[in-house]
Amino acid sequence: MHQKGWKTGLFGFVNNGLLLIIGLATIFPIYYTVILSFTDPVEYYQRSLILWPRDWTLDAYKHLLSNGLFVTSISISVFLATVGTMLSLLVTGGMAYAVSRKRLRFRKAIMIMVLITFLFTPGLVPLYLVVRNVGLIDSVWSLILPSLTSAWYVLLMKGFFDSIPDSLEEAAMIDGSNDIGVFWRIILPLSLPALVAFGLFFAVGYWNTYFNALMFINDQKMWPLQVLLQNMLVDPTTMGSGSGGGFAFQVNRPVPTETLKMAAVVIATVPIMLVYPFLQKHFAKGAMVGSVKE
Amino acid sequence: MKAQETVQSAKGSGSPPIPAKSKTKWGRIRSDVARDKYLYMLALPGLIFFIIFKYIPITNLVIAFQEYSPYFGVFGSPWVGFEHFARFFSNDDFWMLLRNTLAISFLSLIFFFPAPIILALMLNEVRSSFYKRTIQSLVYIPHFLSWVLIYGLTYLMFSQSEGLFNKWLVTMDWGTVDILSNPNYFWGMLTAQSIWKEVGWGTIIFLAAIAGVDPQLYEAAVMDGAGRRRRIWHITLPAMRNVILILLILRLGTIMDTGFEQIYLMMNAPVTNVAEVFDTYVYRVGIRQGEFSYSTAIGLFKSIVGVILVVSANRLARRYGQESLY
Repeated sequence: MHQKGWKTGLFGFVNNGLLLIIGLATIFPIYYTVILSFTDPVEYYQRSLILWPRDWTLDAYKHLLSNGLFVTSISISVFLATVGTMLSLLVTGGMAYAVSRKRLRFRKAIMIMVLITFLFTPGLVPLYLVVRNVGLIDSVWSLILPSLTSAWYVLLMKGFFDSIPDSLEEAAMIDGSNDIGVFWRIILPLSLPALVAFGLFFAVGYWNTYFNALMFINDQKMWPLQVLLQNMLVDPTTMGSGSGGGFAFQVNRPVPTETLKMAAVVIATVPIMLVYPFLQKHFAKGAMVGSVKE
Repeated sequence: MKAQETVQSAKGSGSPPIPAKSKTKWGRIRSDVARDKYLYMLALPGLIFFIIFKYIPITNLVIAFQEYSPYFGVFGSPWVGFEHFARFFSNDDFWMLLRNTLAISFLSLIFFFPAPIILALMLNEVRSSFYKRTIQSLVYIPHFLSWVLIYGLTYLMFSQSEGLFNKWLVTMDWGTVDILSNPNYFWGMLTAQSIWKEVGWGTIIFLAAIAGVDPQLYEAAVMDGAGRRRRIWHITLPAMRNVILILLILRLGTIMDTGFEQIYLMMNAPVTNVAEVFDTYVYRVGIRQGEFSYSTAIGLFKSIVGVILVVSANRLARRYGQESLY
């Protein structure tokens, strides 16, 4: 009996220890990036291993935020994450609500049409041609319209609206509202918690937009943050040779390029970390719905 | 209108048409649609989205059988049959892409797939719920970071000149290691990155399966003298079995999808030969070099293989799992 207790204790200790290591391994790169972005340049060059800076400075951030192109890219990403999210919610919500009403004719046909796109994706070039033919290349809308929603989101939201009883809308209909009025004034406010959850996921998706921008945006001035960040990471000094001009970080700098890179990574991470607590509240449920039908 | 007439005339020519009350099928449909016109308007933006950005691209696939030129457009370009496919399959690049895709997918299957299962089992054994939640909060974070950020973090940790790892090696007087542009390390590094990003997130589904276990089962097992290992083996794992099986089968269905962003970002000249996969190749040849038809053919080939894999995977899943997939 005694021996068993001892073994259990050891197991718990080792298990907790391993989990601690895993947790630290997850957070450490982020921590290291943050502290180095605040490290004084002189110290950065003199010390090789810095786990806690002696001199703190905001130089890297001042430098970045005084750069026109960087600020533009942030505002584009903010635009995507706000306007794009709103549009995504409306389009997904409207469609999901409509097909969740059982009286709707052709709802099966519409769902099948949606679900087929789940199974078969024609690849990059056919989509690229559509975006080009519609004239969206180099437009910020090319980063919103082609990714407004997906079969997956429609399906998930429909599942949510399915649980709203018909009696509710019937009452409102008697008061003289039409379906759009009911959707806007009753269904949406009722589903606020779910909308917030979906909205957060849309917003993270828009904030992280990279691949579509790579395909559809050639003009530096229209780059969202992720694309600019990637270019900075690859080479922060030679940028600006393209059509956009003016991404000239001084090479004889007061700020080393490495700290600049880290500050840029931190700036791109901050919004995610800000919404993370809210995300965490919602996602466990979402991820479960997303993986197995109950 | 026409349908209405034929239905009526088929009912017998002698009797006069029965008015309003018992409408024909088409009449009913029309009045239903009129009644729900606002619902259709709600669905309309979504429908337009799916048509423009999901269905028109499918029709654009015809250029895989043409020599597409923007001047003649999608339907006016000259037809070349299967020429692009023939060119692709006889190209050495095809075998390189296939090898890289399969290698990356199988590494992910062997190392990435079981990782969240193991982590979920470990988390499940934690007594203190505060400690458990803290660790969970930490390991979920990377799921929400973009691949660009992860590329940045990887660079800042492992680059030869500036990475922390190499700085540490230098202080230990062990020289430096080139990790990011070494073809031998590339696949392993991709797998490690994926695990770092998604292992925590992946545990959610397994933890949910574990949460469904009746605690009495554990109590009974303890009474019977089962140790921790036996409880995991005979209670926890069987509870996860269905989920594991279904996810595994689904994973098999997406073997061709290695993900574009991660590989594209990590790719550099010395590792191109082991890094190029179908998606990155299509992007480079199609969109960068403008060979639309050729790259569409490659994309179409990949999509068709993908559909076959997913459909057969679903068949398998339905056979083994009690739960259906959609």
